[in-house]
Amino acid sequence: MIPFLPADTSPAVILMTLGALMVFFGPRGRGIIGIVAVVLSFLQLLSLGVGPMGDAQIYGVSQVMGYEFAPLRLDKLSVIFATIFHFAALLNVIYGWQHATKIEASTGLIYAGSAIGGALAGDLLTLFIYWEIAALSSVFIVWAGGTHMAFKAGMRYLVIQVISGLALFAGIVLHLNAGGSSEFGAFELFTEAGTNPAAALILLAFAIKACFPLLHTWLQDSYPKASAVGAVMLSAFTTKLAIYALARGFAGTDILIPIGCVMTAFPVFFALIENDLRKVLAYSLNNQLGFMVAAIGIGTELAINGAAAHAFVHITYKALLFMGMGAVLVRVGTAKATELGGLHKSMPLTTIFTIIGALSISAFPLFSGFVAKSMITLAAAEEHMFFAYLALLFASAGVLEHSGIKIPYFAFFAHDRFAPSLRGGAPRPEEAPRPMLIAMGLAAFVCILIGIYPPILYGLLPYETDYHAYTFEHVATQMQLLMFAILAFMLLVRFKLYPAEVRSTNLDVDWFWRVPGYRAVMAAKNGVVAVWHRVWGGIKEGQSALLSGLGVAAGPGGRLSRNWTVGYTALTTAGVLAVVLIAVFAN
Amino acid sequence: MLLDDLPVLPVILPLIAAPVCLLLPNNKLSGSFATVVAWGAFILSVMLLQQIATGGAAEYALGGWASPLGIVYRIDLAGAIVMSLVSLMAAVTLPYAIESIRAEINGYQISAFFAMFLICFAGLMGVVATGDAFNVFVFLEISSLSTYTLVALGAKRDRRALTAAFTYLVLGTIGATFFVIGLGLLYQVTGTLNMLDINEQMQGQDNKVVRAGYAFIVTGIALKLAMFPLHRWLPDAYTYAPSAVTAFLASTSTKVAIYAMLRFLFTVFGFSFGFADVAFTFFLILGLIGMFYASTVAIFREDVKMILAYSSVAQIGYMLLGISFATVDGVGAALVHVVQHAVMKSALFMAVGAVFFAVGSHRLSAYKGLAKKMPITTAAFLIGGLSLIGVPLTGGFISKWVLIQAAFGSVQPVPTLLIVLMIVASSLLAVAYVGRIAWTMLLEDPDNNAPVKAVPLGMTIPMLLMAGLTLYLGIDAGGLIELCRAAAESLLGTGLGFGSAS
Repeated sequence: MIPFLPADTSPAVILMTLGALMVFFGPRGRGIIGIVAVVLSFLQLLSLGVGPMGDAQIYGVSQVMGYEFAPLRLDKLSVIFATIFHFAALLNVIYGWQHATKIEASTGLIYAGSAIGGALAGDLLTLFIYWEIAALSSVFIVWAGGTHMAFKAGMRYLVIQVISGLALFAGIVLHLNAGGSSEFGAFELFTEAGTNPAAALILLAFAIKACFPLLHTWLQDSYPKASAVGAVMLSAFTTKLAIYALARGFAGTDILIPIGCVMTAFPVFFALIENDLRKVLAYSLNNQLGFMVAAIGIGTELAINGAAAHAFVHITYKALLFMGMGAVLVRVGTAKATELGGLHKSMPLTTIFTIIGALSISAFPLFSGFVAKSMITLAAAEEHMFFAYLALLFASAGVLEHSGIKIPYFAFFAHDRFAPSLRGGAPRPEEAPRPMLIAMGLAAFVCILIGIYPPILYGLLPYETDYHAYTFEHVATQMQLLMFAILAFMLLVRFKLYPAEVRSTNLDVDWFWRVPGYRAVMAAKNGVVAVWHRVWGGIKEGQSALLSGLGVAAGPGGRLSRNWTVGYTALTTAGVLAVVLIAVFAN
Repeated sequence: MLLDDLPVLPVILPLIAAPVCLLLPNNKLSGSFATVVAWGAFILSVMLLQQIATGGAAEYALGGWASPLGIVYRIDLAGAIVMSLVSLMAAVTLPYAIESIRAEINGYQISAFFAMFLICFAGLMGVVATGDAFNVFVFLEISSLSTYTLVALGAKRDRRALTAAFTYLVLGTIGATFFVIGLGLLYQVTGTLNMLDINEQMQGQDNKVVRAGYAFIVTGIALKLAMFPLHRWLPDAYTYAPSAVTAFLASTSTKVAIYAMLRFLFTVFGFSFGFADVAFTFFLILGLIGMFYASTVAIFREDVKMILAYSSVAQIGYMLLGISFATVDGVGAALVHVVQHAVMKSALFMAVGAVFFAVGSHRLSAYKGLAKKMPITTAAFLIGGLSLIGVPLTGGFISKWVLIQAAFGSVQPVPTLLIVLMIVASSLLAVAYVGRIAWTMLLEDPDNNAPVKAVPLGMTIPMLLMAGLTLYLGIDAGGLIELCRAAAESLLGTGLGFGSAS
C-alpha cells in the first residue's frame, strides 16, 4: 500500500532499518526519522490487514531446507500487541526527542521493531530471531545509563536474556525434532507421556522474560539503572513480548494461575519498602505482569481478552509513570523518595500526568486500568477460582498503595524539600522539557480516553466481547476496594506505621545468585581455566612439534616435496600400473 | 539443419577456427577471433545441454556412417555439463588471455598461442563428445600435445617452463601409451572401438586380456587426471605456464580426464565384471591420501601458483572420493565438485595472473599488503579461497556438503563417519594454506609503497565474473545439484550407460 515498499514488508524491518539509520543524524534528525519510522511502520501494519483468531493473515512464507518460515502472521492477538508496541515506540521517540542519546534513540527503535517482529512472528525460528534481537538491542539501552552500576547491571541483564534465548532455541530444536510443526502455536506442557521437555524449555524462556517469581530479578536490577529515557523504552517491550508469547503458546495452562497470583502479590511488599521510586515502578511492573500471567492461565476467551487489554493499557500507564519519574530524574537528578517532595509547586503538569498514570494503574473508574483489570478479576470469578480472585483483589489494593499513592505522594507532595529557603536560595526545579510533556500528555490522554470510552479498546481485543466495564457492580466493588486502601494508607501514615522512606538496599532473591552464585560460577570458571590451560598447553606443544616435523618433511627440499626426476616418476607410474594389474588379476 | 548437427558443432568449430587463427596477425585480432569462437562454442554447448536435459542423450554419426563401423558422437547429460563447463572456461579465459598474454609470451607467438589454445579447447571438447574409444585417445592427444606447447610458452618469463613442459610431455605420453595399450587389448577381444559395442561384446568375457586392458586404461587416465601419486607433472606445469593457460588448464583438463574415467568405468566396463571395484578401492585410498598429502605440501610452498596447483591435486582427491562411492549420489557429488572447483580455481588463477601482471611475480613474498594496492583482485582471490576451504555461501561449501551426504549414504569397508571426518580435516588444511596467503595479503605491510601497474578491465571482468559465479553457485546451487544427480543417474542407472536423462 505504501509506495516503494513491497506489499509484504514487515513493519519490524521498517523500524529496525530506520533505527539503524538514525546513528548518522543529529538529535532533531533522529526524532524526525523516528516519527516517520513509526508512522510508516504503523501504516504498513494497517495495510497488511487483520484476520480473526484462528484464521490469520500470513505473509512471506518461505521454505528453507524443509523448515517453513512465516515472518508475518496477523490475527487479532498479534495485531493488538503490535499496535500498542507502535504506540509505545511513538511515545519513546517523542519523550526522547531531546534527551535520548544516539545509542538510545537508535537501539530503542530497533528494540521496538524486534518486539513488533516477535509479536507478528508466525513460526518459531522467526520468533527466536526477534527474541534475540530484543535482548541484544535492549542491553545497550541499559548500558546507556552510563554509570558503572548500569554497566554491571547490563551484563547481568544480558546473561539472563541470553539464557532465555538459549532455552527458547533448545526448546525449538527439541520441538522440531519431535516432529512438531514450525508454526508458533499452542504447546502442550503436560502430555500423556509426562512433561513435554520442549514445551518446558520454551516456557522457561518465556518465564524468564515475563519475570516469573525467582526469575524476575533482572528487571528490578536493570530498569532503574537505565537513563530517564531508557527506562521508558525498556518498560514497554520485553516483558509484554513474553506475555504475548505466553498467551499464544500456553493459554489455559493451569500452573500459570498460581504463578500469576504469587507474581501479583510478592512485589507489593518490596515496592512498599523500596526507596528508589523507579525501582518501585519496576516492582509494580512485575506485579502487573502477574495479572496478565494469571489471566493467561485461566485461559478463557474473557481472560485472554483481559490479558491483552491489560497489556495494552498497562504499557500506556506504565510508560506514563516511568516518564513522570524520568522527568523528575532529569530535573532533580534523583528519583529517591527520601530526596524528593513538594515538586507539585514547580512541576504542575508532570504532577497531573503522573497522577493520571497513578489513577489508571490503580484502576479507578473512568481511567484505563479499570476497564481492563476488571475483566481479569471477572474471568477468575466466572471460573469460580476463589483464591485466585482473592489474590488478585489483594494485589489490586497493593497496586494502589505503592503505585497509586506512594509514587505521586512522595515525589510531588509529602515534605517540600525544594523550597528556596531550604536550599540556600537555589530556585525550584523547572517544569519538565516540552517534548517530555507532550509525550506524557499523549499517554495521559489515551489513559483517559480508554477509561471513558472503552469500546475503542474492546474493538481491538482478540475475541468478540460484549463486556461492559461500567456496571454498577464493577464500579461499586472497585470503589470499595480503593476507598479502603486509601483509608488504610491514611491511617498508616497518620499513625506513622507506614514503612518510612529510608535509604536502604533491599535484598531480593537475586542475592542468591549475585553472591553465592557468583562465587560458585567463578570457582567453576577457575577450575575450567586451569584444566583448559593444561590441555591447551599439551595441545600446543604437540602441535608445534608436529608442525616443525611437517615443515621439515614438506617444506622446500623436504622428503615429501622433493622434485622427483622424470625417470623416477615414470617408474612410479609403472609401479602403480603393476599394483593395479595385480589387484585386477587377484580379484 | 544447425540443430541436427548440434552434437558435433562445439567440437568442430574451434578445430576449424584454429588454423584460421594462425593466419591472423599477432595482435588483438587473433585473440578476439578466438574469443568469438569460444563464445560460439559455449552457446552451442548450452543449447546442447538444454536439448539433452529435456530430450535425452544425443547421438551423431560422423559422415553418416552408422554406429559400429563409423565414428559416433554420443553425448549424455554428464558430457553436456562438462562440455558447457569447458566452453564456458574457454570463453572466459580467452578474453583474459588477450591482455595477460602480451606480457608473458613473445610478441611473434601470439597468434600461434591462440591457435594452440583453440586446438587444446577442441581436443578437450572432443574427448567428451565422442562415443568412440579410440577417438577419445586421439582427442586426448590433440589436447595434450597442444597443452605441452602452451606450457612451454611460459619460458619467456621463467625458463623452468621448458623442463615443466618436458616432464609433462614424457609423463603425459606414458599415460597416453598405457591408455592406447589398454584400448588395443580391448580391441583384440571385441573387435570394435565403439564404446557401447565394446561393452556389449565384452559381456561374459572375463579373461586376462580384458583385465589387463582395464588396468592399463585406468592407470593411463589416472595419470591424465593427476591422481596421487601420478600427479608429479601437474604442479610444475601449472606453476610455470602463462597465467591464462593455467587458469584454463586447471579448470578443464583434469575435469575432462575425470569425465573420460567415468565413461570408461561405467559405460565401457560397467558393473558386470568382478574386478570392477578395484578402481573404486584405489580411488578411495589414493583420493584420501592425495587430499592430505597435497594439502600438506601446499601449506609449505612459497609460491602462490604452486600452492594452488597442489591444492588442485588435493581437490582431485575429493572428486575421486565421490566416484569411489560408486553411487548416484557419489558420482553426482563428484560432478558438482568438478563444476564448482573449475569455477573457483579459474577465479583464483585469474587473480594470481592479475597479480603477476601488476607486480611481476607469483611468489608469496610479492603478495605482502596487496589488499591495499589491489583491493578488487584481493577480493576475488579471497572469494575463491573461501570457496576452496568450503565456507558456506560459496560454491565449495555446496560440493563438500553433497560429498559428505553421499559419503553417509554409501556402503564402505571403513566407517563412513571416518571418511567424513577426513574430508573435514583436509578442509582444515585448506584453511591453513589459503589462510597463509590471505594473511600475507591482508595483514602484512608491503615492502614498498610503489604503485602497481593497473590491471586492464579485460582481465578484471572475467576474474570478477568467475568470483561472482562462485558466490552464485554457493547460494543458488539447487539446479546444479539436480542436474548433476540426473547426469550421474544416466551414467550409472542403465548399467549400459547412455541412458536417457529423464
